[in-house]
Amino acid sequence: MKQYLLSIYQPDGDPPPPEVLGPIMAELGKLNDEMKAAGAWVFAVGLHPPSTATVIRDRDGDALLTDGPFAEGKEHLGGFTIIQAADLDEALSWGSRLAAVLAPLAIEVRPIA
Amino acid sequence: MGNGSSGLSDIEQVFRAEYGRAVAVLIRHFGDIDIAEEAVQEAFATAVRRWPEDGIPPSPAGWIITTARNRAVDRLRREATRVERETASVRDAAAGQVIAEEADVEDERLRLIFTCCHPALAPAARVALTLRLLGGLTTGEIARAFLVPETTMGQRLSRAKGKIRDAGIPYRVPRDEELPDRLGAVLAVLYLIFNEGYAAGSGTALTRDDLAQEAIRLGRLLVALMPDEPEARGLLALMLLIEARRPARTTAGGDAVLLADQDRTLWNRELVTEGQRLLRDCLRRGRPGTYQLQATINAVHADAATAEGTDWAQILQIYDHLMAMTGGPVVALHRAVAVAEVHGPAEALTIVDGLEGLERHHVWHAVRADLLRRLGREGEALTAYGKAVDLSGNAAERQLLERRAGDQAAGRPA
Repeated sequence: MKQYLLSIYQPDGDPPPPEVLGPIMAELGKLNDEMKAAGAWVFAVGLHPPSTATVIRDRDGDALLTDGPFAEGKEHLGGFTIIQAADLDEALSWGSRLAAVLAPLAIEVRPIA
Repeated sequence: MGNGSSGLSDIEQVFRAEYGRAVAVLIRHFGDIDIAEEAVQEAFATAVRRWPEDGIPPSPAGWIITTARNRAVDRLRREATRVERETASVRDAAAGQVIAEEADVEDERLRLIFTCCHPALAPAARVALTLRLLGGLTTGEIARAFLVPETTMGQRLSRAKGKIRDAGIPYRVPRDEELPDRLGAVLAVLYLIFNEGYAAGSGTALTRDDLAQEAIRLGRLLVALMPDEPEARGLLALMLLIEARRPARTTAGGDAVLLADQDRTLWNRELVTEGQRLLRDCLRRGRPGTYQLQATINAVHADAATAEGTDWAQILQIYDHLMAMTGGPVVALHRAVAVAEVHGPAEALTIVDGLEGLERHHVWHAVRADLLRRLGREGEALTAYGKAVDLSGNAAERQLLERRAGDQAAGRPA
């Protein structure tokens, strides 16, 4: 079995109102349960907005801190799921389910080395 | 090929016919594309040295596969102590072998076709991988065919192979529920290769025979491997019917000749007959698809002894069917050409002007120009021809358009 990172990319800004977000989160919960039942689920988290991020670079042994996310842009990593799957087809199939629940957000599927 | 007496051409023939099969079997066995390719190339190099003296063995393909397998095993043993990963790959291959024997015994090449045409790979990479691994073309040959530097093509191939390995793209014929989509991707790759050979997107040669030939060869292979898929047969029929017109498509000087102006006695009747036979075979199954319908349109053209004798009403009917199935603007554009023949250029122009998103497509301007010319709107026609010329990447096609624009300016009927 290989492991895959399913990254959820979402636009910066306020999250959708609760009446929109609620049903989505319920669907997401069901999908996570299904992944667990299938033995595919390894780990899943949602993240606080990119404005809460801090970037660290080492400069001659000193930690240099910068406020904000590493990558500029209008979309950032909003959360991720780690799954295990037999091959890319199986991983893409779970990824497609996740994309359907979170549409129109993009899901990046990447193998873990 | 086949005109040399040295025996080298026979080996070349075996190479073209068997390279894909040998690579597919070795990939399955060792689970690594690079190991498979190197071993098969070494086996052919040995054949080039030995066959002219020893003679060609009774089963050339079997000899190549056995020799390549032995080479790969030797190499892996030599490197096993140094490279942990490859020992693991031998172990994995052994485990995979058991699975393979339990499963059905279809041709390994079928799995490899689906791997090469996997939708997680970029379309350009799918084309390159298919030509490389199944067609046995060298990186340099593929690079020249697609007019990119060899290093660029080499990087494209190695990136794609790396993704297959690291992302775990499986060697597997897709399950029934995925098959329609995935087969569609395979057919699209073959048709892309064919079209690149038929009317090169850029460059000076209008036809690049070798790519079209390779697409047809792979099309035949796919039909042999998936005899129950009517669309695979439909694509092969389509390619053969278009290929049949090759001798009439260009003048001796290399200028393009329009379908209506072609000398139909030059069409290759053998290919036409084969295409029509294949088409009848698949239409009988009652599962029409876009390739079968496009082949049918070309079969109607093939039936007409003269351009005037073309049954445009039937062609329009098939386009209506095709539109209902795909609905894309390019199909609508080609349908408009049939509308012009059946209902006149004015009705066709209304359709063409109503199509959106084709402003960068030279065929849209060329069709418009032709319709405007037939309606006597010379000035607008000239402008449209000019735009078509500017957007066409192919020199022979550009010359044809320039010629038409020239005839138009001189007041001659085109």
